[in-house]
Amino acid sequence: MNRIEQIFADLRSADRAALMPFITAGYPDLEATAALLPAAQAAGASICELGIPFSDPIADGPVIQASMTEALRHGCHPADIFAMVRGLRDQLDLGLVAMVSYSIVFRIGVKKFVADAADAGFDGFIFPDLPLEEADAVNRVVHDAGLTSTLLIAPTTPDDRAVAIAKASSGFVYVVARTGITGERADLPEGLTARLEKLRGVTDLPIAVGFGVSKPEHVAAVTSVADAAIVGSAVVRRITDHLHEGPTKIAEHVGAFLSDLHTGLRGN
Amino acid sequence: MSQTPSATLSAVPDSHGRFGQFGGVYVPETLIAALHELQAEYDKARADPSFAAELEDLFTHYVGRATPLYHAKRLTRHVGGANIWLKREDLAHTGAHKINNTLGQALMTVRMGKKRIIAETGAGQHGVATATAAALLGLDCEVYMGSEDVRRQRPNVVRMGLLGAKVVAVESGSKTLKDATNEAMRDWMGSVEHTHYIIGSVVGPHPFPMIVRDFQSVIGREARAQSLTQIGRLPDAVVACVGGGSNAAGIFYPFIEDTKVKLIGVEAGGRAMTQGDHAAPLAAGSPGVLHGSLSYVLQDPDGQTADVHSISAGLDYPGVGPEHSYWKDAGRVAYTTSSDSDALATFQLLCKYEGIIPALESSHALHHGVTLARSMPADRHVVVNLSGRGDKDVDEVIRLLDARK
Repeated sequence: MNRIEQIFADLRSADRAALMPFITAGYPDLEATAALLPAAQAAGASICELGIPFSDPIADGPVIQASMTEALRHGCHPADIFAMVRGLRDQLDLGLVAMVSYSIVFRIGVKKFVADAADAGFDGFIFPDLPLEEADAVNRVVHDAGLTSTLLIAPTTPDDRAVAIAKASSGFVYVVARTGITGERADLPEGLTARLEKLRGVTDLPIAVGFGVSKPEHVAAVTSVADAAIVGSAVVRRITDHLHEGPTKIAEHVGAFLSDLHTGLRGN
Repeated sequence: MSQTPSATLSAVPDSHGRFGQFGGVYVPETLIAALHELQAEYDKARADPSFAAELEDLFTHYVGRATPLYHAKRLTRHVGGANIWLKREDLAHTGAHKINNTLGQALMTVRMGKKRIIAETGAGQHGVATATAAALLGLDCEVYMGSEDVRRQRPNVVRMGLLGAKVVAVESGSKTLKDATNEAMRDWMGSVEHTHYIIGSVVGPHPFPMIVRDFQSVIGREARAQSLTQIGRLPDAVVACVGGGSNAAGIFYPFIEDTKVKLIGVEAGGRAMTQGDHAAPLAAGSPGVLHGSLSYVLQDPDGQTADVHSISAGLDYPGVGPEHSYWKDAGRVAYTTSSDSDALATFQLLCKYEGIIPALESSHALHHGVTLARSMPADRHVVVNLSGRGDKDVDEVIRLLDARK
């Protein structure tokens, strides 16, 4: 069984949910990322989304945009990220999902990119700009490599399409909590729980929720129905807050924040 | 790639938004419902004679269409060679072809019951045309513009403000058209339920490249009919500048099946043809995904968008519409470049010989048109799309000319 599938199967049998932080790979450098992954695992994260820096991330707010711009300024290439993951994979139980623009994947070549990521030790993918209509051929390559492919369901997605998206996804399906770009928010949008319950009724696939999830109480609300809470901008901002303190300190601060978020998880 | 039979060259895109291998829909799921809504509304509008009548009425009485096809006799004599004809989109209301598309899309915005429009702009012509359509139809309007372009196209920023639009200066990335497009898409991610995004060129996810081409095709339909009347036959060549490619798509599309008419797109050659110094994805790029579609693009080997440069803010873009990529690979349209200094020299040439101040964008097309005409006999005819007027460029041109003294 794929690692992502195994993680959710184990959590489900214990009636627990997953904490899934998003970290921009190579921000501020790959040394920091290499320190952050074990810290995330120690703080109770089950899966980490590693964002592959992209020059034009149109779904991302200012915090993640700036982190990607900074990583690219330091010359962070996918090949470097793969090498870093390959070096760490044996020491981690953490599931690793690459969040990567299809612009990058297409340029490098779908087969090569998927093979290189699988070889490095990634367990799955999220292609945030590859919608259902374009996903089939890519998903076949991902599945043949034994990895998962997660598609996204938006608040604007009609019900029948949400079912089709869940069907085309593997590992888990990503529910976008709100219209708009990534970023921290004070509150979760109204009606989110009802949306999640409705989706719960039509798919057995684990449901992960992100976009605006940034506090322990958000994590609690989301995982009361869903299987995982994805926290991105709030994590990346904490890296930014301690940017010049070196990998160890950055990992400590992010680890403390993740431990705090972890208290909100269902089953804790 | 195999040669597509010419009889089907204009029968694109397919229902998935594909022009051959190019085009498609590569955007976040949040925007998909709006793209489906837009497609459905466009299908309805196309089938509704009152929509065409309303647009036609605006084209005639508001835009001042048909724009003339003008025989530039003094320039022709000066150049020596084929006759040079100018399709005078610079005479359209707001001073460029952009208004053809913004009026069409703004009318559709009203039909969809949305109250707000957003746009990206490079040279500011699309921003002005969007702000104009918003004022005409009583819509709220916000325009995203790179801060570098806000500086070099100041007059258009002032115009947008007067027309009631809010101009947002974009400070991210290269601070030009690509980054303005990113910000407009980010706005739309959060506002999609009540806002329509009027993309200004034949780029973006399906159905935008098709819709913008269709609204701009009025240029080519007029130019074709005017050629038959004024020249007595179709021209030998049609030349247009290509940034995203909307004025070129608009003038080329009605000529696509006229295989004896040579079609030439002119990209920005910038300072030099080394990556980072030009904005010519068709001439120097390769297929990739940017801003929602698969097309020729300037990227590094990792798929990161490359820096681009052009003297012209409207051409300063690393991507191009997918239909141009299709026409390039099918061999139907030839693509070439004009450099910054070629464009600047031709800008002055048209001022001097015809009393017309062309946009720097259009000056790229005109440079190639002049070169081509010089190489052809006097009984031949070259049509150049003069896509916009250059009033917006005068400050920048004076600055550049002073710097070269």
